Order: sequence, then C-alpha cells, then structure tokens
Amino acid sequence: MSKPKVAFFDFTSCEGCQLSILNLETELLELLDIIDIVEFREAMSEKSDTYDIAVIEGSFSRDKDLKRLKKIRETAGVVIAMGSCAHIGGINSLRNNQTREDVQRIVYPDNPTLYETNKKALPISGAITVDAFVPGCPVDVKEFVKIVKNLVLGKAPGLPTYPVCVECKMNENTCVYEYGKTCLGPIVRAGCDAVCTSNGGVCIGCRGLIPNPNINSQKDIMEKYGLDMNLIMDSMNLFMTEEPKEV
Amino acid sequence: MGETIKIDVNHITRVEGHGDIKIDVENGVVKECKLEIVEAPRFFEAMLKGRHYTEAAIITSRICGICSVGHQLASVRATEDAFGLVLTKQNRQLKTLLDMGQYFESHVLHVYFLAVPDFVGAQSVFPLISTHKDVVLSALKLKKLGHDIGDMIAGRLVHPIGIIPGGFTKMPTVERLEEILDRIKDARGELLKGVALIKTLTLPDFTRETEYISMYRKGEYAFIDGNIFSSDKGEVSYKDYRKVTNEYLVPHSTAKRAKFSRNSYMVGALARFNNNYEWLSDSAKSVAEDLGMKPICYNPYLNTVAQMIELVHIIDECESIITDMLNTGLKVEEPAKPVLKKCTGVGAVEVPRGILFHEYTFDEAGYIVEANCVIPTGQNLQNIEDDMKAIVPVALGNRTREELTLDMEMLVRAYDPCISCSCHLLDVEFVNDGKK
Repeated sequence: MSKPKVAFFDFTSCEGCQLSILNLETELLELLDIIDIVEFREAMSEKSDTYDIAVIEGSFSRDKDLKRLKKIRETAGVVIAMGSCAHIGGINSLRNNQTREDVQRIVYPDNPTLYETNKKALPISGAITVDAFVPGCPVDVKEFVKIVKNLVLGKAPGLPTYPVCVECKMNENTCVYEYGKTCLGPIVRAGCDAVCTSNGGVCIGCRGLIPNPNINSQKDIMEKYGLDMNLIMDSMNLFMTEEPKEV
Repeated sequence: MGETIKIDVNHITRVEGHGDIKIDVENGVVKECKLEIVEAPRFFEAMLKGRHYTEAAIITSRICGICSVGHQLASVRATEDAFGLVLTKQNRQLKTLLDMGQYFESHVLHVYFLAVPDFVGAQSVFPLISTHKDVVLSALKLKKLGHDIGDMIAGRLVHPIGIIPGGFTKMPTVERLEEILDRIKDARGELLKGVALIKTLTLPDFTRETEYISMYRKGEYAFIDGNIFSSDKGEVSYKDYRKVTNEYLVPHSTAKRAKFSRNSYMVGALARFNNNYEWLSDSAKSVAEDLGMKPICYNPYLNTVAQMIELVHIIDECESIITDMLNTGLKVEEPAKPVLKKCTGVGAVEVPRGILFHEYTFDEAGYIVEANCVIPTGQNLQNIEDDMKAIVPVALGNRTREELTLDMEMLVRAYDPCISCSCHLLDVEFVNDGKK
C-alpha cells in the first residue's frame, strides 16, 4: 500500500500549529514512515496537485480565499482543521465581537475599507465541509500525530469527550478557583494535559467546548466562589466567540 | 536589445507567512520590483481594545507562532512600563533566558531548515535527512534545547503560559537548570559543526549601505531592555520609538513599512551584529572572525551568518546566567501586582527578527484603550525592496531568469521575514497597481 499524501495549507493564522509540527523532532521522522508530505509551504518549495489528506491551519476571513478552499475540498479525501483558528475560529473570532467597520477603522484609520475582509472570521467549516479537527492553540503535537495515525488507519480521531478539569485533577493541581481566578476548565475539551493550569495559568478555552457542556454546573461553580457568570462569557470570547453559548 | 523579464513568485516558500515577489523588466529597463504581502488581515490592535491587561500577552502571542515569545515579552514589558513595575535581577534573567530559548528555535529553524537548502541545491530540509543527516540531527537537537528552555521557564515555547506582567507563574527547579546547563555546554559542539558547514557555503556577493537599527544597552548585547540605536543617528529613547519607526503604507503591501534617516533601514541579527559587535562574547567574536565577518557588514545575505554568530553568543550568555542563578540560588518571587490607573507604556525587545515594539494605553480599571505593535519584518520590508532594486539592474544580462528568481527568493529568505507578524493588521488587495 502506498503512503497517503498529506498537504498542509494555511489561511488566516499565526502558523504556530505548522511550526509545532516542524518541532515534532523525532516523532516527525516517525510520522514520515506512514505518510508522505507533498506540500508544506512553510518548510518546503515543492507543491503538489494531488493529495489524500489536507491539513488546514487558520480561519476563513475573506471571500477571496473561498476558491482555494473549495479546490482543497475537491482534491482531498479527508480535510482536517488544525488548531483553534481552523477548528472554532479561535483568536481571530475575537474581533467578531466588534463590527467590521469598527475594526477596520481602528487598525487602518486613513482608509478603512481598502483591504478585503469578511464581516466575521470563521472556522474552516464556515466555508467547506471538514471531516476531522485537531483542537488547541497551538495544537498538541502528540495529539496531532495520534489523530493523523488514526485517520490513516481508517479509525475515528479519538478525541477526549471529558473536560480539562479531569486532566487537571490527575496532575494534582490545586483548583485555580481556590485562588479567586476564573477558569474554563469545566466546559472545555481535554487532551492538552491541562497544560495551562499546570503552568500557573487558567484554561482560556482554546480547544473549544466539550460535547454537551454542563453549563449549569459551571454556574454552580461561579456561585460557590461568588463570581459573576459574565466573567465566563467574557473569557469565552477569547477563543470561542463562534462557539454556541447558552446561559 | 535589452532584456524583457517578468518574474512572479507566488507565495514565496520557506518563509513565515504569504509574500509574493514581482519583477517586471521591459527592454532592459526595470519597470517594477516589488515585495508584495498577501497575508490575510488579523486586526490585532482592534481585538486588544477593551480587553484586560492580564490578557494582552495571551492575545498578542497569537500574532505569530514562531515569534510568540517575542510578542509576550514585548507585551509584558509594555504593561510593566505602563504600571511602573521594576524588573528584579531574577526576573530579568528569566526573561532573557526565555528570549534566548526562542533564539535557539528561531535561528536554527531559519539557518538550517529555511536558508541552507538553497545553498546545497535542495528544495527543503527533507532531502537533507539522507544527504546531511548529522547536520539535520544536530539542528533538531539545538531546536529541542530552545523548546526545553521555553518549557522550563514558561511551560512551552509556542504561546508560552507562565510569563505575566510583573514576573512568572512558575519557577524552574535546580535539577532542571542543571540539566539544561549540561545540554547548553553540549550544544556548543553541535553548533560548531554548523559553523563548519556555513564556512563551506558561498553566499552571494552583494553590498548596499543602509541604516541599521537595534536595541542598545551599554556594556551588553542588548536583548530585553534598553534604548534604540541607529547606525546613522546614535541612541534614541525607547519611549520615542514612533520617531524612529515612522510607519507608513504603500499600495502594494498592506504590512506597514518604516523609515528613519534614509529611505529604509534594517533590523535583525545583522543590525545587532553591526551595532553591538563590541559586546559579543569572545567566542562569538572568534567565530565571526573565522567566518570572515566584521562590522559594519553591508551584505544582507550575511544576516544568516550573523544569526549563527549570535547563537554562539547566546550559548555563552545562557551558560553565564544559569551558572549565576545556581550560585546565587533561586528565590520565590511573587509577580509584582500593578496599581491600576490610566497609563501608557512601551515595551521594546530584541527578538530574533529584530527590534519589536508594543505600546498600550490602559483605562483606570486596567482595560486596553489603545494598542500599537511595530513588527521587525514590517520595518525591514522597504529595505528588502531597496536591495531588490539594487540587485536587478546589475543582474540583467549576467543572470538567467531562473537564477535571478532564486537570487530574489534567497534575499527575501535571508531577512528571515515573518509575514504573519508584519501583516498582523493589514492585507494586500490590489485595488490599484501602485501607480498614481
């Protein structure tokens, strides 16, 4: 069996996920045993017209990218959205809380409408059908390898369906709510090994909501610690402006 | 009969972000010579508006994956400057180490993975795995060291977690510091293998006098604090960065450009090397001598070589900082808490691609009213284009179209541009073709 051809593409993003892939070091060499990378602009000059798996980083934020996205969809058997920007809109969608006119005026006061941008920065699923996603900002490279391997073997991606709190507890961290901080751990998908809370931070929601998040339990936590639920809504705006919110 | 050449490199490869090169020569006359920036707009300054000071570094980090440490450092320095938080010695050492972790990652990635393939006739680093395996493994080892320094100080190197205004949320352990110190000593040997490889390469022979701008702190090869230094004008306060950067727009590139004393200036490894050579470590100076580099060097292709020399300096600097930390002992320092007030602050930091500025204005509750970020690659864009304009007329008649295309791509790559960063706010859309 020939190895599946994998191509990497980027749209509105920081390219930090592709960079993380290049940082795979030894795992990168192992991954190359089961796939062929045929296009990866950040690292190589070759380009390819055919590929089996397309890995897309970045958000969809301007109509002129639609043609390229559709071409990718037509060519690839499997489209993977890699990282928060592609998966849920991520940090790019933070601007969706303001009008397009406002953000253009703030950044480019002399000629706000000179450059094309859509009203909203959306996940890739806002433009084309996506088959699988790798959450995170940046992606966890080990999880990326696991998901690609599973897909190559024809299996489900194998993402956790429990919240970050589970991994945080397993790392024996003191809950950050005890320090009076607000954390999205109870409603956000695990798989990052609670890297932020384990390094003195809080969960900022880069991996998106778990399926059926228990918002009521989140409300109870806020009540218990005397915190305003609006703090959660505001934190959710950082990466999850485009995620469904029900309060 | 003059030549007619049209070169149109769409999406230059092996750089961070999307840029195009356009050259148009008709009957031996250069009509057009441009570096176009086609990155999608991000609108970061707008995103920052109304966000709390504790989120500024988290948000600006996402301007760029490869420069995320740099953005976080500039961001917290700007916030610390605004609230008047003073750097303790230990905090300064930790920030410098974190910055150096990023230099390892970024310079090694650029020199070995992005630039070197051109010199050995490869399209990417991947074929080098079979032809130059020891060099590739050595590069991976050095990159990993950078990542592990980042992990040790701030949880990870891409979008770090532990750096906040006023200090760090975690402290490296003595064991971890000792382990990193051992590996830094080992890295010197690995790096010298790379120096030996660089020595065998022939880089294009091109010089153009220009202005070099970097940070300056007397007695140091400045990284995370200091003033601005121009090779034309001398020292300028970091607070007056806008007087130096003078950002402006050109129609064919929506990344903002900069100019100070001349039509353009250069920032980055070569600028630092030229301005701060005096304070490079002795072993970095001797490697420079070995590679035939001395200030002032006006060949932009040698920016890649300057990065190698900096890596040697950084190994010395990391070794001395960690040794000092181990001798003095680490103290648990609670991050300094700001007293909220209406205020404005500037953070200037030398990141791998050059001097980076962040400036924030806060309201009385600590929310951002206004933000400005001036990016190294944006500052370099006009200088790159001025180099292109100097190279193309001379090359006509001597170089084939393919050779000239490669010359141009190599030039752009030598600057190690980070287009994701420089276009954190703007897009290129050809509303007109640049002609009035």
